[in-house]
Amino acid sequence: MTYNFSEIAATVRRDIIRMCYEAQSAHLGGSLSCVEILVALYWRVMHIDPKRPDDPNRDRLFFSKAHDVKALYAVLGNRGFFPKEWFFGYEKDCGHLAGHAVRGIVPGVEISAGSLGHGLSMAAGAAFALKKRTMNDEQRTVNNYPRVFTILSDGECDEGSVWEAALFAAHHKLDNLIAVIDYNKLQAYGRIKDVLNLEPLTKKWEAFCWSAREVDGHDLKKLTTILLATPFVKGKPSVIIAHTIKGFGGPKRLIEQVSSQYKPPTEEEYRELIG
Amino acid sequence: MRTAFAKTLLILAKKDKRIMLLTGDLGYSVFEEFQRECPKQYINCGVAEQNMTGVAAGLALEGYRPCIYSIIPFISMRNFEQIRNDICYQNLNVKIVGVGSGFTYGPYGHTHHALEDIGILRTISNIVIMAPGDPVEAELATKAAFSYKGPVYIRLGRNGEPVIHTKKPKFTIGRGIVIKDGTDATIIATSNMLDSAVKVAQGVMKSVRLISMPTIKPIDAELVRDSIHKTRAIVTIEEHSIIGGLGSAVAEVIAESGGGIPFQRIAVPDRFTKTIGTQEFMREANGLGIEQIVKKIENI
Repeated sequence: MTYNFSEIAATVRRDIIRMCYEAQSAHLGGSLSCVEILVALYWRVMHIDPKRPDDPNRDRLFFSKAHDVKALYAVLGNRGFFPKEWFFGYEKDCGHLAGHAVRGIVPGVEISAGSLGHGLSMAAGAAFALKKRTMNDEQRTVNNYPRVFTILSDGECDEGSVWEAALFAAHHKLDNLIAVIDYNKLQAYGRIKDVLNLEPLTKKWEAFCWSAREVDGHDLKKLTTILLATPFVKGKPSVIIAHTIKGFGGPKRLIEQVSSQYKPPTEEEYRELIG
Repeated sequence: MRTAFAKTLLILAKKDKRIMLLTGDLGYSVFEEFQRECPKQYINCGVAEQNMTGVAAGLALEGYRPCIYSIIPFISMRNFEQIRNDICYQNLNVKIVGVGSGFTYGPYGHTHHALEDIGILRTISNIVIMAPGDPVEAELATKAAFSYKGPVYIRLGRNGEPVIHTKKPKFTIGRGIVIKDGTDATIIATSNMLDSAVKVAQGVMKSVRLISMPTIKPIDAELVRDSIHKTRAIVTIEEHSIIGGLGSAVAEVIAESGGGIPFQRIAVPDRFTKTIGTQEFMREANGLGIEQIVKKIENI
């Protein structure tokens, strides 16, 4: 099937903005910055079947920056994992969609998360298990272990546990583990470079023996190409530093602003964006 | 207890390849045989307990049955949020095993003392907490933990505790074990204070019902209520903070039972001990010496 990629991204973005407006919720900016990453993964890169979310041979996505889960919901809903009507229950009483992902409630959500610095360790454990399992499986070759993708936020890289997991994954040569960092340069209460500088970020990952690449995180074509090229080096986990813009495609007032972490669109902005 | 645990784990792991042992760089002279016999089921995760706990959750998500191991403070506090979110929130089949209950590492200082583990872990939903009192209970608790699907914390002592149970008792998660019956007072002991409790029971001039309580959560409320009816006082003994441990769990049952009864928690007072010393010394310094306990019980 052929898809119009940018149309899908635009639909996902509208659904995110709608969920955010309806629930008057926070975390719009970081949800909008990772749209293309998720669209590339779910429509082009990952081996998944929305009808079989528990298929043991599926690729997994562990969404570690779980506060931006609106983006994941919008993608899963549009990809057919659950009815799009569920979007109306986002952060509502008795709704299905919590403000931070919960496993076992929403099809396609692989882990419960919400506290930063947990996803990469769990992803490493799962990648370790999948490699171990498939090594005993004669049907499989070295090149088709199920893969575990994980999306981290940039601010999340402040957490020490991220770097514990980075050591572990490299030591155990988990080349079926692929981390994408949504590097929108803003964390909850300031610019990354002002709060706790991460630079040189790519070199840090390389020093931890990961193979690292940088990409324009809003260029679907480039993202797809680079994601399909993983593992970049056999025997090494891969990390993609995706340069993104916080609030991309959202209300102009919130683009690249700390406020995009907290403010929903106004009624006027909502009308203008949704049409 | 440590050896009983390691031996039992090895037997289980040989039969079930899904069992994985993850250690936070500890286990010298304990896990060598496991490493030799089951090398593919062993990971030394390094001194990185938070990651080890998350990795265990990831392994469990994919159908493995991991067991994580370290000294109690590092396997219950350093990684507390990973235990709560990654393991218990997702109700995953991970076993958490800590060594060095109470003042086992007495001379090392309070960083290594295990006095709050039961209290903090008891507040997390989905977790079972076991604190075996001798090598026999350690073996039975290990077996019970791996035949149970879900998060379990096992609090171990050290090596070389005396065997209390000469016959293997009936062991069920959530059930206490009546070691001897009596009518004046019930002594409920857990973890590495079981041996002392046996000596205390022999030392007091009272008819004592002695209960070993190897599961703290869920607490055997039925047995506590039964003891309210059958004896005239209840005393709990543990090498844990007086806040949050066995004594608190039993007190909750007594308070809600409607049956008032003289009750005393014998545990480590709510303070950091200023001196350090051997386990025996630390017990005396905290009112947990056998004669000290006997005196407290005589005065009830």
